[in-house]
Amino acid sequence: MHPAPTTPTTAAPVRSHEERTGPAPKPSGPTPAPAPRGRAVDWRRWTPLGFLLPFGTLFLITFVAPICYALHQSLFKLHRSGLGLTPPSTVFTGLSNYADALADGAFTSSVVRVLLIGAVQVPLMLGLALLLALLLDARRTPGKRFFRLAFFLPYAIPGVIGGLMWSFLYQPDVSPIADALAGIGLHVDFTSDSWLPWSVGNILTWGWTGYNMIVIHSALKAIPGELTEAAALDGCTGWRLAWHVKIPLVRPALLMTTVFSIIGTAQLYNEPVVMKAVAPNLSSSWTPIMAAQNEVAANNYHAAATRSVLLALVIFVLSFGFMRFVNKRGAAL
Amino acid sequence: MKQSSAGPARAGATRAAGRIGVLAVLVLAALYSLLPVWWLVVSATKGSSDLFSSNGFWFAGRIEIVRNVSTLLGVQDGIYGRWLLNSLLYAVGGALAATLLSAMAGYVLAKYTFRGREAVFNTVLGAILIPAPLFALPLYLMFSATHIVNTFWAVFIPSIVSPFGVYLSRIYAAAAVPDELLEAGRIDGAGEFRIFRSIALRVLQPSLVTIFLFQFVTIWTNYLLPSLMLANDRLQPVTVGLVAWKEQRGQTVPYNLIITGALLSVIPIVVMFLLLQRYWKAGLTSGSVK
Repeated sequence: MHPAPTTPTTAAPVRSHEERTGPAPKPSGPTPAPAPRGRAVDWRRWTPLGFLLPFGTLFLITFVAPICYALHQSLFKLHRSGLGLTPPSTVFTGLSNYADALADGAFTSSVVRVLLIGAVQVPLMLGLALLLALLLDARRTPGKRFFRLAFFLPYAIPGVIGGLMWSFLYQPDVSPIADALAGIGLHVDFTSDSWLPWSVGNILTWGWTGYNMIVIHSALKAIPGELTEAAALDGCTGWRLAWHVKIPLVRPALLMTTVFSIIGTAQLYNEPVVMKAVAPNLSSSWTPIMAAQNEVAANNYHAAATRSVLLALVIFVLSFGFMRFVNKRGAAL
Repeated sequence: MKQSSAGPARAGATRAAGRIGVLAVLVLAALYSLLPVWWLVVSATKGSSDLFSSNGFWFAGRIEIVRNVSTLLGVQDGIYGRWLLNSLLYAVGGALAATLLSAMAGYVLAKYTFRGREAVFNTVLGAILIPAPLFALPLYLMFSATHIVNTFWAVFIPSIVSPFGVYLSRIYAAAAVPDELLEAGRIDGAGEFRIFRSIALRVLQPSLVTIFLFQFVTIWTNYLLPSLMLANDRLQPVTVGLVAWKEQRGQTVPYNLIITGALLSVIPIVVMFLLLQRYWKAGLTSGSVK
């Protein structure tokens, strides 16, 4: 469960666009144009609103309203009277839902679990993606087109279907991998408690390395040829060229893929849910979203809303914290 | 280049070793990427008993793929075909509507100056950075309070809102739609919507394909939202249906059919990716390259 294939990150491309159209030398929009007819002016003033209305309305319904609704719900509790004879009433309880959620060991440990998985899986995956991107970028690598497509293929497979495939590959009675390992005397159960984080991390790495590789690779391709040629003339080639010239130049792409991977891991859901079918011991609150959904299943909608808000906060703090940390270090260097 | 004087033969040997090493890494990574997919293809050709008894990465004696597909399509009154159709309906319909809405909004944000334009655009940008699954639960809570859950619209409405599409179409419209063309249309007396429809949409066509493609993939691969919203299995998309079958551990539907179903469900999307490479690469990289 990673972010949708969205990639815009920095506002950089947008800003450069604004520089072009914002205070442009030529009048860009229709508004500054002299109005030929009196009534047309009125029409044109409302045109932007008319065009924005369909998207805007739906955006309010599906993005803004749910946030407000969740925030609002998280401040209330369902109060049931002692005997349950009268219908339960909703009572304002301030932040007490939040205190409850933080005291809920299952929820907090699900947050810690995805953070730990991310701390290991994200660097491994991005390291692999960077390595593959550099190898594909090297001048004399053969079969570039084939390898690029091969690495990218898993990304085209929906997360749950990927999870489904891997859960078969892990499933003790069917697994050809466990079979092969047993052949050399190793008996592994990928669905056991101690293996689960690794098994899930592997599905993520399998599914997302290619995507990250493509993003980094296109950043590498955008490096001007003169730059690498000049470095090569100075005797900087191979790994030294990669380390001293290429990697620093693709820093924005690396930063972007890191932030999206962090966000992606924090909202882990699809893979472990599918894995549950082969790993009965996998708890139903294994990840934060699963924990929140658990509350929905138990009809504790207020608790579910609270956990959603908390998870959003965690993701926000992580991604922005990482960006600030990197920017600060970048300034010091 | 100083070291080259040490001996061209040795340098050549290290270079050859290096190239073999590079190739080995690439081949290993390609195996890692492709083997599970290979397993899926091979397993979809096996009957129920062969699935457990034969080597997972090679074909069993009999190729049963045709029988698997026909049995699969007959299971539970053809529910699988229904799921595929549902996925197609959500994905094609949703992506078409999302593309049109995004094109309109992005075009206006790029080509008109009006008060609050930047505020609107920044809000859209912010929404891109918040992952969609985070909205699924609150949306479910909200929809269940308004009794929209368990209807077609519960999945369709959230699917047609694409902030990323608005972002892309603003970038494309700013770069590709010339103001002169719009002015010419206005001088000819065309209305604003007519100008958008006959000029802007035509110029933007290639980028609209990119937006459509991304939204199609997003909707087709979505699991959390439809699994929350839809209890009625006749409304579910194929992802939700297959996971539900898997959860029953082969008791209602045997594993080889689930595997065949998984293979059939990824074919449309993989084919689309391969055919339309040009388009998704444009969208994939538009944010990352400075």
